[in-house]
Amino acid sequence: MIEIRHLSKSFTLKDSRVDAVRDVSLSIEEGEIFGVIGNSGAGKSTLVRCLNLLETPDEGEIVIEGRMLSFRDGSVFSGEDKKPTGEKEKAALRRSVGMIFQHFNLLDRSTVYDNIAYPLRYTGLKKEEIDARVRELLELVSLTDKIDAYPSQLSGGQKQRVAIARALANRPKILLSDEATSALDPDATESILRLLRDLNRRLGLTVVLITHEMAVIKAVAQRVAVMENGKVVETGDVYDIFTVPQEDITKRFIASASPLSKIDKLIAENSPTVHTGPGELLVRLSFRGKCAGEAAISKISRDEGVAVNLVLANMEELQGRSLGELIAVVSGGEKNIENALNYLKEINVKVEVLRRG
Amino acid sequence: MADWLKQLLPNVFTYQARFVTSLQQTLEMMLRSAVLAFSIGLALGIVLTVTRRGGIRPNAVVYRLVDTLINIFRSIPFIILLIFLIPFTRALTGTAIGIKGALVPLVFGCVPFYTRQVEAALAGVDPGKVEAARAMGSGTLGLIFRVYLHEAVPDLIRVTTITLISLIGLTTMAGAVGAGGIGSFAINYGQNQNYQDIVAVCVIILLVFVSALQLSGNALARRATNRALFRRARGG
Repeated sequence: MIEIRHLSKSFTLKDSRVDAVRDVSLSIEEGEIFGVIGNSGAGKSTLVRCLNLLETPDEGEIVIEGRMLSFRDGSVFSGEDKKPTGEKEKAALRRSVGMIFQHFNLLDRSTVYDNIAYPLRYTGLKKEEIDARVRELLELVSLTDKIDAYPSQLSGGQKQRVAIARALANRPKILLSDEATSALDPDATESILRLLRDLNRRLGLTVVLITHEMAVIKAVAQRVAVMENGKVVETGDVYDIFTVPQEDITKRFIASASPLSKIDKLIAENSPTVHTGPGELLVRLSFRGKCAGEAAISKISRDEGVAVNLVLANMEELQGRSLGELIAVVSGGEKNIENALNYLKEINVKVEVLRRG
Repeated sequence: MADWLKQLLPNVFTYQARFVTSLQQTLEMMLRSAVLAFSIGLALGIVLTVTRRGGIRPNAVVYRLVDTLINIFRSIPFIILLIFLIPFTRALTGTAIGIKGALVPLVFGCVPFYTRQVEAALAGVDPGKVEAARAMGSGTLGLIFRVYLHEAVPDLIRVTTITLISLIGLTTMAGAVGAGGIGSFAINYGQNQNYQDIVAVCVIILLVFVSALQLSGNALARRATNRALFRRARGG
């Protein structure tokens, strides 16, 4: 478990002060994939770099890997009795937390083998033990045939696999992922996300995943924190965040991951596909939870006598729960439309009128 | 063939023995000062990289001290540095002439240049790699040897080649104040006796030497890019 309490970190750039992380409190459960989403400059990267002390927070407390760390005036204190923490202890903490990066950060002049062996060397392990561990890790990330390759001979996805193997070399229980898929093509992104989910399940690995893409959160995270201007503005289950987002920034992130977001463009362009005649309505219907399984559209067109002309529709599975959304032009007389929409609201479909003809 | 050459380069043959000796002297000066200057320059380059702002062990006092000293010695033209250092050289080695006397000014002339080159080579190492190594628990020494120096090898080879070539220039200037070597040979016989053939042969030999250095430096640097220079046994 990771517990973050009232964490703050600021930087001084020339004359101006940047508050990168402002009074953030979060708790991340053991064995979960926890997403942190925010635009660039929101402070998410700084926040996660505080977790392995790559950055020293100005104030606050972190409980991680059974260690209690508190911060004051740029110094780190550990334990309840707040002993000053030395470089050795910080290095030990860093070894117990793995980290992967957007640009992989492999040593270009070392083979895959030597890259993965890096964190194992000078730790008192025997050569044979290192050898066995490297092979085990290569198997874990399905890259055994690349053992003697150099990073320049690998694809982006393969490089990230090597980086993951390297990060897991010392058997950490926590993996920090800083935009690990942002430099990858869609196929590689998917395979790396699958690998992370797999490692999370098989090893019980806690993953803290930073990203600016909602699609990544949607694909793997169980819970998510949304950051803006150094603050966590919203936290919760990914499904809840997706279905009932509270903050504007969250809504924007969700829209960015939804194929339905192009409706705004269609409306702005007054496209014929969203044309609404007199008395017709352009509506967005969101089906969540149980109602996602019902044949509501057939029902209203049969029982209420309305015509439903689909413009856009999408259905997703989020952690085994379905979430459906559709945008349609509804016609068939004012009274009928009202009855139809009331029925939908009754069965818990969220109805939003985008435009009236 | 030999006769024809003898006719073309009469003085080169007359002073053949001295010529060979002066070549040996140049090589000896170069090698001895290079070993010293490169060790010191590499160390200072690392110190600058590590202690600069945003480095892995920032230390403004040490950084500014080394930085200022290097700037001072870099701004003194070598021929003036040679004279300026004579008392110091004499105190240190007992003589200000010959190879022994040339060593001190050569090192002083070469170290600032090499330090800057090393600093630039190390600055070319992706900070992300350093950060990743830090995240894996590497300390200052680990970061220096296992990341900075390891990843900068191709660039270090390049800057070492450049510095070696500029060191040849310095040794010939040292020849002007009695250090011996090919520089003083060219001045004493080519310039003072006006034996043009000697000057021409000196130029050709230096040209060949510099080209050979540059070519082998380039080849080594290329070999070391994105791979180990010499393949180690795995796990070594």
